[in-house]
Amino acid sequence: MSRILLLVELKGGNDGLNTVIPYADPHYRQLRPGLGVAREKVLQLDERVGLHDKLEPLMESWKARDLAIVQGVGYPNPNRSHFRSIEIWDTASSSTQTLSEGWVARAFEHAPRPQGAGRGTGVDSIVIDTNSLPLMGPDLRTIVMQDAENFLRQAQAMKDNPRVNDGGNPALRHLLAVRREINAAAAGLSDKLHAAPPPVQEYANEGPLGRELDLATRIITAQVPVVAVKIALGGFDTHANQAPVQERLLGLLAGGLATFRRNMIAAGRWDDVLVLTYSEFGRRARQNASGGTDHGTAAPHFVMGGKVKGGLHGAYPSLADLQDGDLRHTVDFRDVYSTIARGCWGQPVSFGQRQIQHLDFIAA
Amino acid sequence: MGATALWPVRPSRAATAMGFDEARHLLSRATFGATPAEIRVVEAMDYGSAVDRLLGSWHPRALTAAPSWINEGPAQLRRLQQEAQAEAKEKKGVDGKPLRIVRPVQEQARELRNWWVEEMLVTDQPLVERMTLFWHNHFTSSLAKVSYVPALYRQNELFRREAFGNFARLLKAVARDPAMLLYLDGAGSVARQPNENFARELLELFTLGEGHYSEADIKNAARAFTGWSIERDTGAFVNHIQQHDGGEKTFLGQAGRFDGDDIVAILLRQPRTAERVCEKLWREFVSLSPDPAEIRRLAGILRTGGYEMKPVLRALFLSPAFRDPNNRGTLIKSPVDLVVGSVHLLGLPVPEKTQLVRMMQGLGQVPFDPPNVKGWAGGESWITTYTLLLRQQFMRRMIEATTVSSMDGNMMSMRPDRRAERKEAMERRPVEGRSLRDASEAKLGPTLTGTDAAALVRTFLPRQPIDQVDTGRTPGAIVAAAMLDPVYQLK
Repeated sequence: MSRILLLVELKGGNDGLNTVIPYADPHYRQLRPGLGVAREKVLQLDERVGLHDKLEPLMESWKARDLAIVQGVGYPNPNRSHFRSIEIWDTASSSTQTLSEGWVARAFEHAPRPQGAGRGTGVDSIVIDTNSLPLMGPDLRTIVMQDAENFLRQAQAMKDNPRVNDGGNPALRHLLAVRREINAAAAGLSDKLHAAPPPVQEYANEGPLGRELDLATRIITAQVPVVAVKIALGGFDTHANQAPVQERLLGLLAGGLATFRRNMIAAGRWDDVLVLTYSEFGRRARQNASGGTDHGTAAPHFVMGGKVKGGLHGAYPSLADLQDGDLRHTVDFRDVYSTIARGCWGQPVSFGQRQIQHLDFIAA
Repeated sequence: MGATALWPVRPSRAATAMGFDEARHLLSRATFGATPAEIRVVEAMDYGSAVDRLLGSWHPRALTAAPSWINEGPAQLRRLQQEAQAEAKEKKGVDGKPLRIVRPVQEQARELRNWWVEEMLVTDQPLVERMTLFWHNHFTSSLAKVSYVPALYRQNELFRREAFGNFARLLKAVARDPAMLLYLDGAGSVARQPNENFARELLELFTLGEGHYSEADIKNAARAFTGWSIERDTGAFVNHIQQHDGGEKTFLGQAGRFDGDDIVAILLRQPRTAERVCEKLWREFVSLSPDPAEIRRLAGILRTGGYEMKPVLRALFLSPAFRDPNNRGTLIKSPVDLVVGSVHLLGLPVPEKTQLVRMMQGLGQVPFDPPNVKGWAGGESWITTYTLLLRQQFMRRMIEATTVSSMDGNMMSMRPDRRAERKEAMERRPVEGRSLRDASEAKLGPTLTGTDAAALVRTFLPRQPIDQVDTGRTPGAIVAAAMLDPVYQLK
């Protein structure tokens, strides 16, 4: 068993309350008098919550029961700095701890890589974004690239010379080892990516998300044996005039992920993939005076894949019981990670949470 | 970094002249990298005299004019920020869409980073800038948290003032430094609710290091610093006596009604404090594996000298480990070393510094933006598959800018939404690297003209190149090959 995790970072802090909407809760109307999504527009999932109407493309997955929504994901003593909070999510640390290794790399600490992963390609994970922290660590060979052609061309320009000697200089030894790693990855990727057919369905050409999903699709359909691919969508820091900004982003996200799903199904790889969204925090329950929302805490996140158990998981945080105006988390994000580490890679990993509470969103 | 300012123009050759390679080694560690002319001046000197001159007379002023807003208080800045937001709300652009808000804080942050990078390039005392950066990485504070930007400017002034001044004085000043009070939450720490953030890092990172104190020591130190805060209107340090916990505290085995200065004084009496500073200096200037006996010796010099920095820096540069030829080229250049050093060495005119800061950002080191309170991890962590490729790419751009065309701001853009633009620009340019084959000496900047092939290679590289550098080719091609060699990443 080894599945590929497609990690989707929603940069800036996505407003969870207007993503998965507690439309039936009267507190929602009070907290979001202007910014709230009208009840009749909400795509109702059950008698309490529903999706933002711009997430309509995800309904196909919801109906096929391969979209799980994990509600109320956060952590104790939440930090409201973008910078610090994303570091907490990326490294699976507690809010008082500073770690330098990413959580995916930590999942493979002292463990052999899942069978097949990295074999013959010299790369275990690929980041198609600028933030590579979740995948950084000595136990994972991670390549960061904006696009494949550019990476391969640059690697080509830095060809390894197998006869060189570091002369016992550890810094030079490190440099040469990294150069060899780049060359090995490029050699493995080059043939596979060039042989891979383009995605069956094209991605929308608005913003970088489509391009990132396109490359992720090619990597997965080309059978490059990686354990994770990371992409990102930015712009969620909506302090003012939130509605049009978030609507556009949610539309891009849902459209992109729906296309990705169809492409994976067409390539026969949907069962081998698991998509997870994450963001540094949700936003304040009460809208601010600028028609936006400020930095908050817990938020819902999406998990998709052929072997995902669709439906709502975790409890929606109570709007009647806020903590300093913020939602109290009901699911620790590290439990989401532990569930994925076990369900994707067969790694029973604890990230230091007191007791692991596995979630039931992955089929055996 | 003009050779004339720092060194005599035409020195007489000392009987104990150190020679080119040792001069290069000293300058590569003590400055951001040296041109052939700078090395030639030093190579004729006696080694000890050269070190004395590096540490000799210095001034605590930056040459670059300070940004205009450094004296604005937090209240004034908040007003400016609100005005900018209100203006953006009212006005619409020609296409009817809301205007992009130009946020004063972001703009100040940009100006501040550019200002320091400019100073690193124009300074007449590069070791002072190196030490300013060293203190910034020791006593970290970051724009990511400190949104009152003038405080970071003033903190930088403090680091420059104490660049090789006195560690005890510096530590005391840092504890009441407004940027630090904001960065580690001291500003809001009061008797009723002491915040432990500063106390914890003071013990763990700034002085003793892990394993040399208890959690109770942190709690008591935090109580001692309560009341030290910031004046809301001016942003200056203020001691709110009524917020101070005047009760008795036990700290590192001593008891008393300690305040912040007492805690600092106790820490300065601990041998570990000096050892820790010396370990960091060793990693910065000598090698990544500090020699315990040498650290004890240097820490002794630091403590018995009343925490004066000059004697310990002198001892460091004169230490056998520093001077060992096997030690040359064993440190990996930081992004700041690489970018500032390469621009200096190539004599590249870069009027707009934002593009250099973007390069540093891509490579993982933005001045005033350390990744966390521990600062930049440095060492081997500078080089990953991603940053190594990016370093090569930036080197190619610099070489092209030197030999083919001037540095163009858009070329350095890392913003994905300008990809199309960038791609277009790329296509208009010669294929990377290729044009250099024809680069003639005339196209190299004045810092390099007239230098013969062998000296060029020895200037750019701290040891034999890994890949072939054909010295029979044109000077431009030799420089290009040297800068793309893995050894160029070393100092």
